[in-house]
Amino acid sequence: MILVRNLVKEFGKVTAVRDISFNVDRGEIFAFLGPNGAGKTTTIKMLTTLLKPTSGEVELDGLNPAVHKNEARKRFGIVFQDPSLDDELTAYENMHLHGALYKVPSKVRAERIEALLRLFELWERRNDPVKQFSGGMKRRLEIARGLLHTPKILFLDEPTLGLDPQTRNQLWTHVKKLNTEEQVTVFLTTHYMEEADRVAHRIAIIDHGVIVAQGTPKELKEQTKAESLEQAFLALTGSTIRDEEAGAIDRMRSMARAFRR
Amino acid sequence: MTAIYILWVRQLKRYVRSKPRIIAALGQPLLFLLALGFGFGPIFQKAGQGNYIQFLAPGVIGMSVLFTAVFSGIELIWDRQFGFLKETLVAPVPRILIITGRTAGGATVAILQGCIVVVICLIAGFRPHLSAAPLGLLYMCLIAILFTALGTTLACLMSDFQGFQLVMNFLVMPIFFLSGALFPLLNVPKVLAVLASVDPLSYGIDGLRGALTGVSYFGAVTDVAVLSLITGALLVLGTYLFSRIQL
Repeated sequence: MILVRNLVKEFGKVTAVRDISFNVDRGEIFAFLGPNGAGKTTTIKMLTTLLKPTSGEVELDGLNPAVHKNEARKRFGIVFQDPSLDDELTAYENMHLHGALYKVPSKVRAERIEALLRLFELWERRNDPVKQFSGGMKRRLEIARGLLHTPKILFLDEPTLGLDPQTRNQLWTHVKKLNTEEQVTVFLTTHYMEEADRVAHRIAIIDHGVIVAQGTPKELKEQTKAESLEQAFLALTGSTIRDEEAGAIDRMRSMARAFRR
Repeated sequence: MTAIYILWVRQLKRYVRSKPRIIAALGQPLLFLLALGFGFGPIFQKAGQGNYIQFLAPGVIGMSVLFTAVFSGIELIWDRQFGFLKETLVAPVPRILIITGRTAGGATVAILQGCIVVVICLIAGFRPHLSAAPLGLLYMCLIAILFTALGTTLACLMSDFQGFQLVMNFLVMPIFFLSGALFPLLNVPKVLAVLASVDPLSYGIDGLRGALTGVSYFGAVTDVAVLSLITGALLVLGTYLFSRIQL
């Protein structure tokens, strides 16, 4: 369903993603884990047509997103790491706008909006501007929106960031249900290792732009002789805090963008 | 077409719901109209140039459309910083439709703002040729589309709001002050005349003034031709730059 071969992304002299390869099978839940600044979001951006790879191949449901952009875009839904809602619009209007952009027929659109807003317990607040929502409510709305056009592939970039345990539980239960009942392929990133352990069929761990390990949660634990996925993750990526490095990379990216322009 | 429509509606909803923005955008035209209109009115009349409010009002209407249009275009940076741009860029919609919807929405907002200023001008004593209202509206449309496209083009080149003040001080303000919105272009020093002739707003204000008061410097054909050409060029450039945005 997702095929990545020798993918590279450079921002000026900084290489954010270095020659990574992996594939995600149809109906699989694939967790893409890594410390801050490891290259997770850059990889998702390349897979979802927001960034052009420097080199390498990507295939989504048999389509090259660089060539068949709009066809590829129809096939996936995405929940971004950062907010992407229009705060001035209501919850319903945000959903409606998304449905219109994805050409969901109006009757189906109304039914699905209601079903999803009810599922994420936002139906009662549908006519409130998003700027009045809490962080958790906004996150739930983003997830509901990402599912509106019934995508074949769902990208979830740290979807549970800032959510309470109840909402996280509800989200993962729904993702599992979507995966089992509708065969939606899920590509997710998270910093909560127990979540990845709970839902993912397979995991890839990326660090400094390189995939350092791939396998089922059980295989990764066996490979590192760890009892938990978190221990396995630390064994593979080390325990150095990466925030400063991530900040430097972000600055380099901004500079590179400025120079390109 | 759905994508264009939905993005156009979005811009309008954001405008209508932002009452402080509407009120704030009226402050400057009101100040110009009252301070300059009534302040310089007697001098203008003594110099044999007639009623200054009659002369100034088209300039103030054009100014209101200019600032609102540029700001609407530059809202793209806002959407980039606050994430909504990503939602539109991953949608299965050609980017040309996205930019068209955004520009149409921004231009409509600028025209609405201009219409509110027209009402204020009427209250202040401006008396236009009512029969020329459709032509006046055409010029407002051209100014609005041109400067929304300019704002969008600039926004495609900037990744945050740090450059916004630079654009306002070194581009938009000179565009306004050199356009002949506040003074007649007839008999101005050569340098000023040359600068005014390369300022696209000069043709918008001149067209608007010609339509509403019958006084024109460049002539209607030149005004429409120059505005249309620059608008077309900026739309093409803005679309090209927007199609290259990566996040």
